[in-house]
Amino acid sequence: MSKVLILIPAFNEAGAIGFVIQEIRQKLGDIPVVVVDDRSTDSTVTVAKASGARVLPLPHHLGLGGCLQAGYRLAYELGYEYVVRMDGDGQMDPASVPLILEALRESGCQMVIGSRYVNGEAAYSSLLRKMGIRFFRLLLRPILGQSVRDPTSGFVGVNREALEVFSRSFPLEYPEIEALVVLRRRAFRFKEIPCRMRPRRAGSSTITAVKSIYYMTHVLLGVLVNILKFEREKWRL
Amino acid sequence: MERLLNVTSLLSIALIVSVLMSLRRAHIRVEYSVSWLAAGVLVLVLSRWEQALEVIAGWIGIRYPPAALLSMTIAIFLVVLYRMSMILSALKDNNIALAQRLAIVEFHLESVKGNGEKAAQN
Repeated sequence: MSKVLILIPAFNEAGAIGFVIQEIRQKLGDIPVVVVDDRSTDSTVTVAKASGARVLPLPHHLGLGGCLQAGYRLAYELGYEYVVRMDGDGQMDPASVPLILEALRESGCQMVIGSRYVNGEAAYSSLLRKMGIRFFRLLLRPILGQSVRDPTSGFVGVNREALEVFSRSFPLEYPEIEALVVLRRRAFRFKEIPCRMRPRRAGSSTITAVKSIYYMTHVLLGVLVNILKFEREKWRL
Repeated sequence: MERLLNVTSLLSIALIVSVLMSLRRAHIRVEYSVSWLAAGVLVLVLSRWEQALEVIAGWIGIRYPPAALLSMTIAIFLVVLYRMSMILSALKDNNIALAQRLAIVEFHLESVKGNGEKAAQN
């Protein structure tokens, strides 16, 4: 597992982050874990350090995309070959990390998504999330040239090629879906593999109906902007 | 019409004076004051120069010149606000890059400090 880094973006995850890091230690051994703290107001940093992770402390709140990009930049600078991103709420099982890494190495894809939907519907998704995912599946199919079952999954592994791209250019808000289009612009490939998801251990989802509408509008605009950039790059060739 | 033009002139003078005072107190940077000053001066000139206003109103197809002045004022300030949004976006991008760099440097510093402590213990 050399040259592999586990990246955990975290904002106020003190209730679950300790469990997540300890579970990684139990199932994956001494793999390096970096928690990117998005200026939590609780004891996330203290708990993460006490559990044996290194912490990348952002000086102020950047949101998920800015937080993740900081981690990707660090990983790229430190020379890591593979980075697996996990959430800090305990929904993702670290036992799936070796499967993601194996898929990255063997498929030659630049990104592998741990999907809760490859083998049917997930039990722990809200109705709003399921509806949103179905909408984006339909939207992304013609743009990406392949279907994606779980475009909002935060369980993602990338290789060094994708890491290099993400360290330079990464969507700053709601990044998962836009990141796929960013990779497509570079003719990179991705693959989905089934992963088991569990209920979050602490906290609750912040997605409300109003936020969902904002989220969808924001992501649609971001996808559109990326398509326009893609077209411009094609014309330059 | 005369009263509306006078009120517009007064408002544009108030804007110009406010911007100049903010400049003097260093509450606004010179490069960001230029758009506001240019907008204020343009509105002031149009509200004082009736012939020019009538010609422009004719060009854009508005028969009542004060209505044309209001439309143009709104358009001018929309351009200024759009420019400010672009500046804000660039600032936010720079701010994010800076925050990420600071965090990474702090991470490296911690590593160096940790290695130093280990070496001292050995």
